[in-house]
Formats: sequence, C-alpha cells, structure tokens
Amino acid sequence: MIKVSIKIMGGLLAVAMLASSCNKKLDRFPANDITAANLYTSEAGYKQVLGKVYASLALTGNSGPAGSGDVARIDEGTSDFIRLLYCLQELSTDEAVVAWNDPGIQDLHNMNWGSSNPILDGLYSRCFYAITISNEFIRESADDKVAARAIANAASIKQMRLEARFIRAFAYSVLMDVYGNPGFVDENTPIGAGIRPAQITRAALFTYIETELKAIEPDMPAPRGNEYGRADKAAVWSLLSRIYLNAQVYTGTAKWTEAVTYSKKVIDGGYALLSDYRQLMLADNNVGNTEAIWTLNYDGLKSQNYGGTTFLVNASVGGDMDRTVSGLTGWGGLRATKNLPLLFPDFTGAIDKRSQFFQQALEITNVSEFKEGYAVTKYRNRTKAGGFGVDPSRTFADIDFPVFRLAEQQLIYIEATLRGGGGDATSALTYANLIRTRAYGNATGAITTAGLTLDFVLDERARELYWEGFRRTDLVRFNRFTDGSYLWPFKGGVKNGTGVASFRNIYPIPAAELGSNPNIKQNTGY
Amino acid sequence: MIFKRLLKAIVLPVLLLVLGTAVNAQDKVVTGKVTDSKTGTGLPGVTITVKGTKTAVQTNVEGVYTIKVPAGATTLLVSSTGFALQEMNVSGATANVILVESTSNLNEVVVVGYGTQRKRDLTGAVTSVGSKDFVKGAIQSPEQLIRGKVAGVQITSNGGAPGSGSTIRIRGGASLNASNDPLIVIDGVPVDGGVSGSSNPLNMINPNDIENFTILKDPSAAAIYGSRASNGVILITTKKGSRGKVKYNFSSQFFGQTVPGTVNVLNADQIKTIVGTKGVGASDMAKIGTANTNWQDEIYKTALGQDLNLSASGTVMNGKLPFRVSGGFLNQDGILKTGNFKRQTLGINLSPKFLKDKLKVDFNLKGARTTNRFADEGAIGSAISFDPTQPVRVSSPRFGGFFTYIGTGQLGGPPTDLSPANPVSLLEMTNNKSEVLRSIGNLQLDYTLPWIKGLHANLNVGYDVQKGSGTTVTSDSAPSTYRRRNIVNNAVVNAGGVNNEYEQSRQNLLGDFYLNYANDIAAINSRVDFTAGTGYQDFLIKTKNFPDRRYDKSVISTPVFASSEGEYTLISYYGRLIYTLAKKYVLTGTVRTDGSSKFAKDNRWGVFPSAAFAWRINEEDFLRSSKVVNDLKLRVGYGVTGQQDGIDYYGYLSRYTASNNQANYQFGNTFYGLYRPTAYDPNLKWETTTNVNAAVDFGILNNRISGSVDVFYRKTKDLLSVVPVALGTNFSNQLLTNVGRIESKGVEVTLNATPFKSKKFQWDIGFNFTYVNPEITKLLLNEDPTFKGVPVGGISGGTGNTIQIHTVGYSPNSFFVRKQIYDAAGKPIEGLYEDLNRDGIINENDLYRYKSPNAPVFIGFNSSFIIGKWNAGFVSRINLGNYNYSNFNSSNGVQRQILNPLGWLGNASTDYLNTGFVNNQYFSDYYVQNASFLKMDNINIGYDAGEVFKGARVRITANVQNVFTITNYKGLDPEVGGGIDNRIYPRPRIIALGVNVDF
Repeated sequence: MIKVSIKIMGGLLAVAMLASSCNKKLDRFPANDITAANLYTSEAGYKQVLGKVYASLALTGNSGPAGSGDVARIDEGTSDFIRLLYCLQELSTDEAVVAWNDPGIQDLHNMNWGSSNPILDGLYSRCFYAITISNEFIRESADDKVAARAIANAASIKQMRLEARFIRAFAYSVLMDVYGNPGFVDENTPIGAGIRPAQITRAALFTYIETELKAIEPDMPAPRGNEYGRADKAAVWSLLSRIYLNAQVYTGTAKWTEAVTYSKKVIDGGYALLSDYRQLMLADNNVGNTEAIWTLNYDGLKSQNYGGTTFLVNASVGGDMDRTVSGLTGWGGLRATKNLPLLFPDFTGAIDKRSQFFQQALEITNVSEFKEGYAVTKYRNRTKAGGFGVDPSRTFADIDFPVFRLAEQQLIYIEATLRGGGGDATSALTYANLIRTRAYGNATGAITTAGLTLDFVLDERARELYWEGFRRTDLVRFNRFTDGSYLWPFKGGVKNGTGVASFRNIYPIPAAELGSNPNIKQNTGY
Repeated sequence: MIFKRLLKAIVLPVLLLVLGTAVNAQDKVVTGKVTDSKTGTGLPGVTITVKGTKTAVQTNVEGVYTIKVPAGATTLLVSSTGFALQEMNVSGATANVILVESTSNLNEVVVVGYGTQRKRDLTGAVTSVGSKDFVKGAIQSPEQLIRGKVAGVQITSNGGAPGSGSTIRIRGGASLNASNDPLIVIDGVPVDGGVSGSSNPLNMINPNDIENFTILKDPSAAAIYGSRASNGVILITTKKGSRGKVKYNFSSQFFGQTVPGTVNVLNADQIKTIVGTKGVGASDMAKIGTANTNWQDEIYKTALGQDLNLSASGTVMNGKLPFRVSGGFLNQDGILKTGNFKRQTLGINLSPKFLKDKLKVDFNLKGARTTNRFADEGAIGSAISFDPTQPVRVSSPRFGGFFTYIGTGQLGGPPTDLSPANPVSLLEMTNNKSEVLRSIGNLQLDYTLPWIKGLHANLNVGYDVQKGSGTTVTSDSAPSTYRRRNIVNNAVVNAGGVNNEYEQSRQNLLGDFYLNYANDIAAINSRVDFTAGTGYQDFLIKTKNFPDRRYDKSVISTPVFASSEGEYTLISYYGRLIYTLAKKYVLTGTVRTDGSSKFAKDNRWGVFPSAAFAWRINEEDFLRSSKVVNDLKLRVGYGVTGQQDGIDYYGYLSRYTASNNQANYQFGNTFYGLYRPTAYDPNLKWETTTNVNAAVDFGILNNRISGSVDVFYRKTKDLLSVVPVALGTNFSNQLLTNVGRIESKGVEVTLNATPFKSKKFQWDIGFNFTYVNPEITKLLLNEDPTFKGVPVGGISGGTGNTIQIHTVGYSPNSFFVRKQIYDAAGKPIEGLYEDLNRDGIINENDLYRYKSPNAPVFIGFNSSFIIGKWNAGFVSRINLGNYNYSNFNSSNGVQRQILNPLGWLGNASTDYLNTGFVNNQYFSDYYVQNASFLKMDNINIGYDAGEVFKGARVRITANVQNVFTITNYKGLDPEVGGGIDNRIYPRPRIIALGVNVDF
C-alpha cells in the first residue's frame, strides 16, 4: 500500500515539478515578427525600414488598404498625411468645402476648431509618427551600430540615414507651420511610457530644421541622382526655400534672400515643367515626370490606403459627375467655394487649362450638398494614354503626390524676389511666364513686369497649386487667412464669410498631447 | 433498456446471495428499501449504520439494503448527502424508510476552485445555481441558463442570430481596455475565446450537460484564481455519473421563433409624398419606382428548431465505475433568412475510485461539432434603408434577377458606385459556412494520502482545443461584390464575387497540482482546511492565412505569411487556509502569485492576496435555539486580483512587424515590403483590482425565507489602458500601458421565499437586486483639465465618429453629445445646440456628458408554482436607468437618407417625421433616450405525467421566451449591449414544446 502511495505521490510530484520548471516558457515571441537584431543584418533589412520611414507619410499602416493603422484616435483612412494636410490647409480656406460629417471636419471651414478636433490631433500624430520612425532608423543606422553588425554596404546605409533626417526635418516643418510650438524629440529620446519631451518654440524649431537640412545637404545625392521616390539635394533645397519663404511668419525675421538662393538652386537643378498641366496629376505621373522633385508614391494594388491621392480623387467625385472622367468610384465630398473658379478667366479650361472644374451650382447654400459648389477634376486616376488605373475595383489611385515640384520653386523665387530677396527680376518674370504659357498653351497668358505684383503671386499660386496643400500657409503669409479683409463663403461659419480672431493663424496643440505631456503649453488664444 | 434488465437479472441475486451467506446465526437480518420522498424511487448509496456500532452497509442500485443487526441493537441510522439524517427502530425483518431532502443547505458543498467548500463555511460572495433552478426552455447556450437568476450578474445576448453569444458582466466589469469578461472554468478547465467561424465559444457546450453554476463574485472568493479573476469567475460543473443502476434520459424540444417586430421605416406612399415635396424637380421624381416593397418582411421569416438529447448515467462494473454519457443534437434556423445553426455534442464522464476509495478519478470529455450558415447581416441595415418603391426582383437576369442600381458609362454596366445592395440578394447570393470542432477534456486524480489523516493530493490535467474553418462565397453576379472583377486591357477577364477560406485553431493546455489538508482538531475546537498548489496554463492560437479570391477562385491578393500564431503562458503558485473556530468563526486567507508571459521579466510576477472572515451568528448560544432564525452569517472580505486578459500578447516587446502586400512602397521601380516597429511599453505590468465586500446571509422560518445582502467597493488601479502618450515617445500616438483607476460601489440583494408550501402546492419566489455605480477616477498620465477624455463607441455615419467617452469623474462610456434646442412645439431645431461654455462658438467644446448605457440598477424576479403534477414559472428582468443612443434614427431619420446625394432614393426611419431633419445631426442629445425596461424572459408550464409506460417517467413542458417587454424606449429593443442602437439582429420570440422521459 505504502509502495503504491509513494509511486502515486512520486508521479504526481513529477508532473507538478514539470509544470513549475516551465518558468522559462514565460518568454514568448510572436511567430511572424522580428527583433531589431535580426532585422538589421543586411542592407535589404535597412531598406525595408527606410521604406517605412517614407511610407509613414504615404500609407496609413501596415495592412493596405486599412486594418493595422500607424496612429490611433482617428479613422485609419483619415489618418493619412496628405488627407490630413489637405483638410487643415485647404478646407479651412476658400479653396475647399466638404459635404461630410466626419468628426471635426466641418469645424475647419467654419473656423471654429478647438484643441480636441480629431483632424488636428491626426496630423500632429501623423507628423510625429514619421519623426519617431525616422528617429528609430537614425538610431539603428548609427555608424557604430552598422559597424558592429558588419553590414556589407555601409555607405548605402549612411545615405539612408541622411534621408531619414530629411524626412524628420520635413515632418517638423509641417508641425512648425501648422502648430507652431510642438514637442521636440530626436534620436536620443527613449521609447516607452511616461516620457515627457520638452516643448520647442517655433523660432527654435526653425533653426533646428535649417541646421539639419544644411548639415545633410552636402552628402545628399545630386538632383535626380537618387532612386525615384527618395530625396536628393533638390528636395533639401526645396524644403529650405519653402521655410525661408515663410520665415517671417515662423520667426519674425524674413529670409527672402535665402528663399531666392535655394529656390534658384532647384530651378537650376535640371528640372522642366511638364508640357501639359493636366498631366501633372494622372495615374502614370511617375513616368517621365521632369517637374517632380520629390513625390509620395501610390499604386492602386500595392500601395493602398484611403488617404493620399485615393482620397483626393474619390472625395472630389460625386453627384451627377461621370465617374469615368476621374476613373475612381467617388465619395461625394470635396468642392471649391466660388472664389477658386472665379480666379480663372473661364470655368471650362478652354483658356487656362488649370481651370479643371465640374460645373454644378456655383453658390453654396448647404455645405453638405455635394451638388453645390464646383467639383474639382484636377486629380484623375487615368493614364496619359486614356487608360484606367491598375485597380479593377476603381477604388485606389496610382497617382503619385508631388510634395515638391518645379512650379512651386519658381513661384517662391518670384515672390521672394518681389519681397526684396535680391533675386533677378527678369528671371522672375521669365519663370512666371513659363508657368503662364504652360497653363494657356500659348503666350496669350503672359504677363508684364507691371502685372507681376504680390497680389498676382498669391492668385497665381492658387491657380497653379490649388488643392496641393499650400493655401492656408499662403493666406497666413499674406495676412488674409483670419481677418475680414478677404472673405469666402462660409468663412467663420457664416454664409457670406466673416473674419475670425487672429490666434487662429496657427492651430492649437491637440488636447491629447497636453493630456499626456505636462511640458507642453497651449498656443495663445486656445 | 437491455442493460437495465441485465442488471436486474444478474447483479441483484448475486448480491443477495453473497450477503446472505455471511450472516451469523445469532444476528438478525434486516432488509429494506430506501426511497426518495420526492420521486418515490429507490436511493442508491445510502449508508445504513447500526447505532452504537461500526456495522454499516450501503443500499444497492435499487435502494435496497440488507444488514445484520446484532442482538440487542434496535436502532438504525440512515444517512445520505443532501438528505436529512433519519433514525428508525427495527423490530421485524423488514424496514423501509423514506428520506426527505434536507431543507437546510448547511452541509451542501460548493465548488470554489481547487476544491470544494462547505457552504456554511463560505466567507466570500459566492452564488451557486443548480440545475433545478435553471431557466427553462429552448436554451441554446449555457449562460442563458442563469440569466436573471443571480444578483450582480448581467447577461446580455448579442442578438437574435442562431448560436449567437452573450456579454456577461459580474458587478459591471472592472477594466476599461482589458477584458471585462469573467473567467469561465468548466470542470476545472478554464475556457476562453472562440475561433473564426464560431459566433460564441460557450455554445459549444450542451446546456443539458450542466449540473451547476457557481459564481465567485468578489476577489476574496475568486482570488484563488488570482490572475484571471478580476471580473469574477463562473465555475461550470457538468453532470456526473450517478450511483446506482443505469438510468436513461431523453429530452426533446421543438421550437418556433417568430420575428418580434421590425423597426419603423417609411412606406412607399410616404416616400413618394416626401420626394414630391422635398425632391429637386423632375430628376428625383424619376427615381421613384412602381413597387411597394416591405424590405424587412422580405428578409425575415418564422424559423423552426429542434433540440434532442439522450443520456445514460449510472454505475457499472460492479459498482466501481460511475459514468455518464450524453449526446445532443440541435438544429436551428435563424429568423433572418438562410441562417442556420447545427450542433452535435458528446459528453462522457467517468468517476471511478480505486485503492479502497483513496484514489478518486474524475474524467471528463466533451466534444462538439457545430456547423453554421451565417446569413449576411448586412441585409438588416440594407433592408431598413432600401427604397420601398423598388421591387425585389426584375425581369433582367443580371445580378441574379435582383433589382440593382446599374451605373452608366462603364464597362459592362456594373452596379452604381456605393449604391446599396438589394437586401434579398445579400442573403441569397452569399453562402458563408463554417464548421467548428471543439473538445474539452480533463483528468483529475485525487489521492488521499495514507500517512496523515485529511491530507490529499490532487492533479488535474486538461485541454481545450478547437478548430474553426469555413468558406465565404458570394456569387460572381452579386451586386455587392461585382466590383471585384478583373479587368485587363479594358476587358473583363474574371468576374467578381468571393470564394475565400479561413481557418483558426486554439489549443489551451492546463496542468494543476495541489495538496489539501482538511481536518477537525477537536482539542482546540477548530477545523483547518489548507490547500497549496501550482498551475501551468498555455494558450496557443493559430490562424491560417488564405489568398483573397474571386468566385472563380482567381486570386486577388496573397498573404505574406501562410499562418500567424499567438501564444501566452501563465504559471501560478497558490495557497489557501480556511480556519473555523467553534463552528462559528471562519477565517479564509489566500495568496496566489502568477507569472504571465505578457509582461517583461521584472514585472512578470504579481502577488494577489485575500482575506475574509465570517461569523455564523446563528451558532451563538443566543440564537442556536431560535425557532425563527435558522441561519445568520456575517461576512467581510478583502482581496486583490490581477488582470492581463484581453490585451496584446506581446505588449512589452520591442519588435518589428512586416506589412502586407497592399502596403508596399515604391523606390525606383521596385515595391518594397515594409517593416514597422511596434509600439510597446517595456514596463507593462499587472492591472490589479482591490475589493472589499461585506455581507449578511440569513435564513428564517425554517429557511422559508432566505437571502443575502452584499455591499461592495472595488477599485482597479494600474488599469491596462490604451491612452495617449506624449508624441514622439513611442511608435503610435497611444499605447497600452498601466494608467488610471476605476472605482465601483454596489449593493446586491438576494431574496428567496416560499410563501406557501404543502404536499400538493408550493409557491417559490426569487428576487435579486443589484446596484452598481462604476466611475473613472484617473485616466491619464497627466491630468490636464482641457483633456476631455478618451473617445469610444464608434457609430455608423460619417467616418470615425464616436458618441461615447471615458472621462474622469464619470461612468465609463458616457454619451458625449450636444444639447439640442427645441422649438415651442417641442420639436428639435435642426443644427441648433446650446453654447454650453458660452464662448459664442458652437464646436466640440460644447459637447457634454449625458447619461450612460450602463444600468445602475438591475433586478431579476422569478417565481415558480407547483400544483400537484403541474408546475409553472416565469423569469423576468428589469433594467433601470440605462440609456441608448439611437444610431438608427440619427443615421436614418433624415431627409438626406431618402434623397441620397449620391444619386438614388433610400428609406428613412419614421423618426424623420418627428424631426424633419434634412442632414444628419449625429451628436444631438435628442437621440439619447432612456432605455429602462422590464422583460418577461420566460414563461413556462410543465406537467409530470408520471410513469406513463412501465419504468418510463414522462414530463411535458411548454414555454415562451422573450415574451414581452415594457419600456418607453422608442427603438425595436431597449436591451442593447454597449448602448449604441444600430441594426441589431432582432431577438426572436421563441415558443417551445418539450418532452422529457426518464427510463
């Protein structure tokens, strides 16, 4: 009996011991994931993360079109960089209204946004996502780490690291423009919970971006000297000229001369305007594009999301529009207020080809009615040859979005010259007429020196660059964004438009950021 | 039946023969039969002892005993668990006795996790519901058996689809982002999670196999399950093999399910009138069709179902092997056309004892196979918004002959972009089927150690494996997926449709070992019950990834990985001491430490203690002789439990995840797959809940009235919450981390009464009341007053809109809305809201928190009557103070829904007639309505026909489920889990007829 007992006890204990000796089984690692140590073992591994650094501005997450978003608190499709930038830069201006009821979206055109607005939170989060991913890449591509990992092509990784710094500077430039005084992190900021970065002032951030860009510039590839979709020297110059153009707004000190200098470098970088303005935003605009300096790239099958150019095309198609014109199904959202078409000599594009509208009611009485306000057909997922995009379901666009293109740099040169940046007046007129001639298809649109005024530049920027994410910044620079001197339908939530308080020239820091970081103080007025 | 005859013919004579030969001449032999006062049948296993001696025998399978009584002895003691002890005098050679079920449950044993405990010694909030108290009727899923029966337990069915599950909340749930589901343990095996293709993990258990539910509500009771007990524990015990001869039971129910009502939408004539007056000229009028279709009538039907169960239970192999075998078959159609649920179950229990009963074995094996056909529930939303002037079918054979909006100017004339799919086509042109297999099994060995009295060792090994697989098929001519076609060079190469597979499996393994020492120590008038043990649990989930295919199986996209896998492991050590002094004072202390693979090494182990004290006041001298008070007990308890369920398996790990093939990025002419670092908190640790519970249990007037009152306070800290993080400090803008507190205060009252009781008539009443009031007391790392809270509760309408919010100082999930302004006639004025902060601007700063979907008070009330051979009863529930947001009205009750700006006509909720809103006003508090209700869940009636055939006892039952609802709420059904009322699958009214035969 006792023997049996001992045997049974022994057996039971053995099983119990087995169970409790399993403490090491508490270390689990997910099957399909990979640690940094296993990922950064080759140039290819680094490149897959560099891809994510760029894609943080083009895609919304790890699963196309949606399902595993990078940033939260917002619908994933809306969390796309271009879509958010469009909402904050265009919907708040005369260039656009939207029919939808997405959270916070109507407050933008009504100019009554508050710090809890999800779209404001979205762009802030998206920019910081790009910065944090860049920081990670910059950390992991430090010389000592690359050396320790004995990567074959270390020079290539050095180059990638500069590009990650460029993406970071670009994302900061958007934060500087939109929010003014964000938090500040770099590759030395740890990853975790409860870490509270310090706030940076708009002026200090300007200096940081300028310094970074100048530091990476010498070692970046020559203009058009990198792979398509990756930044080169011209991209760095373009960003420098853009922040210099707005330096007075950001820091109180104008930098017109520097704006002239760097836009000129780009203009002389070997780029040329496309012959047909209407081919700028087509499905195959990645092919033979001599005007684009740096693009965010899309593909209707391989790079899908519900933002980006998919948003720009679909959101602007609705009502009685023929869906084949733009080539995607249409979500019935975006139109222009009458101010935008009225900048053009006609609405059909017969004179100025940049006038690309679907004419419905010009006047808007109900913002939620798609058929009120002209629809815009600038972005079309059709090919130059007249074909459709690669997605048979006609949901996703192939159009690459030009973050920088030559015409903008020419317009920067013109404006900075007019404002006393020391540029060559003749060149400025030449550039203006290059843009005008392309628009009109001939010289009838040409202007004279007398016509080349700052007001002309503001209007010309609208005609050339509308719906590309510039309008709010331009109106702020020209002091026409908030005050009553320039009105548009439903500005300030009133049908005929009204001025709003000037503190709205920058957006508030999102409430969620204030709620998680006590070092961040809200912008004045909010 | 053959088996039974065999037993009669062989076993009984042999038994008598054996016993008979052993009788000494001077002794007197007494034989007799022990029967149950209630059923009149023989009771096996009853112990007969000759008073004053050690001579004892047990009754056989028929309840018959034979005992030799020494000369001079006159009294026999008859005892059996659950029955009152009886003494009888023996004079002759025959002594029959009728045992009466003991009215006091003092010796009743309750399963408490890692062992059992005498009910009278309980110190925690534990409620036990046995099979005789289960909700009766056509019950398809186990949790429905106790709905409305237990204070503090809320069971909300997730809808009316066949086989659908429920949301169970004990005392309202303790977490925000981690799981609020209680731990469910079936025969010692914790079960969790379903697999793809299973709409409810619990529906794999046949309710007919369940003997008992024990609900551990407070941490002092549940802390022995430490790591997983924050939301309470539900222990399910299945039926075991009975002692005695083999008995069979056959039960069958046939039931019909009717549509209890449909939501109110406009009819064709109303649409015509509205388009005529509000439409924009002739173009809108031209869109009006000629039909008059009630789309909801087209998608619903009255559905039938049947449930068959057969079981055998008894003891075989010379009384050595008690067993129970059961089989069940359920076949149920859904009221939404095409839906069907079938379930086959098999249950085996063996509970033999070896080595002179020192080694007790309990072996349970449960297997189930369900097959589902899922009706496309998108049809419900489509039917309430589809234009009633359009017909179901048209003469054109395209799109399966179903009316469809056809676009113009495109290749092949596909359906109009974004146009709604014909609701009937959604049902009839899709065929989504699944098969789910599950087996739960365990082997428990309990060995009484010979050296120390009262010491036994227990080993339990178990598993829970399940596999779900299925196909989703949509015809290539279905309008909903027409767009998935493949076009190459402007020609359709493959038509659209869907033909996809899925498969997922789970494998949970369990090993538990404990030692228990229980003994009365007379010297110090004490009883000690000590348990110490260790456990290991492993959870593995595997998902196979399949390509996305069209109907013709041509591939649209392929997955990056062939399968994905998640696994986590828990290791536990625990101890429990129950010390009883003088039968009056009971002290329980437990401590458990758990290690979870979900946390980093330094934070992995959590320690969860509890202590509780009970004072059995009725054992005090001043009450012991009371004729009024039978039972009076005071309980106080304190406990800490941990939580790590419902969160990412790897939330603390720094790692990179690959993108899928639709999220590549182009450099040059190459598309690169991407690697993304995942957000993580290296310091992630246990969420802990502290609970204080104080209670009184009482029974008076011979326990005719009994009940308990519990008050509790619960505080959860270090909530595993997904909260905003300072931007730039992690790879997302929010993170799963430990932050925040949530507190609840509550009261539970349970009252059971038998107002009338006689031989022929008995009336029982059960009442339970719960008040629970959860409040968030901390939410963020930095409490910023301008931070409004974490928005939750996504609604239909717009993109990414939410209607609820978690805010400090408020109930979780409070509605976050604008204050509607009404005109003199009480009609809401479109777009006019109060400027609550008086800043002259109406924006998100004017949203306010208005009510919550959580019912602060819920009540269960049930009653049963026995009149002779008839019995009847009902179960009802009341929820008070819960509010719903009518997302159906806010999204569908507007003109925009009828004159759809995308180019077709639709249908609207009749609420449009009340508001006249042109555009959606999603955030108006007009849509938040009081949804308090009284629901008559179940009315049943039964007739005991007695022994209709020889040896066959027949009962006949009839019942109605979801009988009626009393509410002021304007929607279809006020009971909406989460409070956002949007296109719920209507819960059917079920009328069931059943027959139950014991033989």
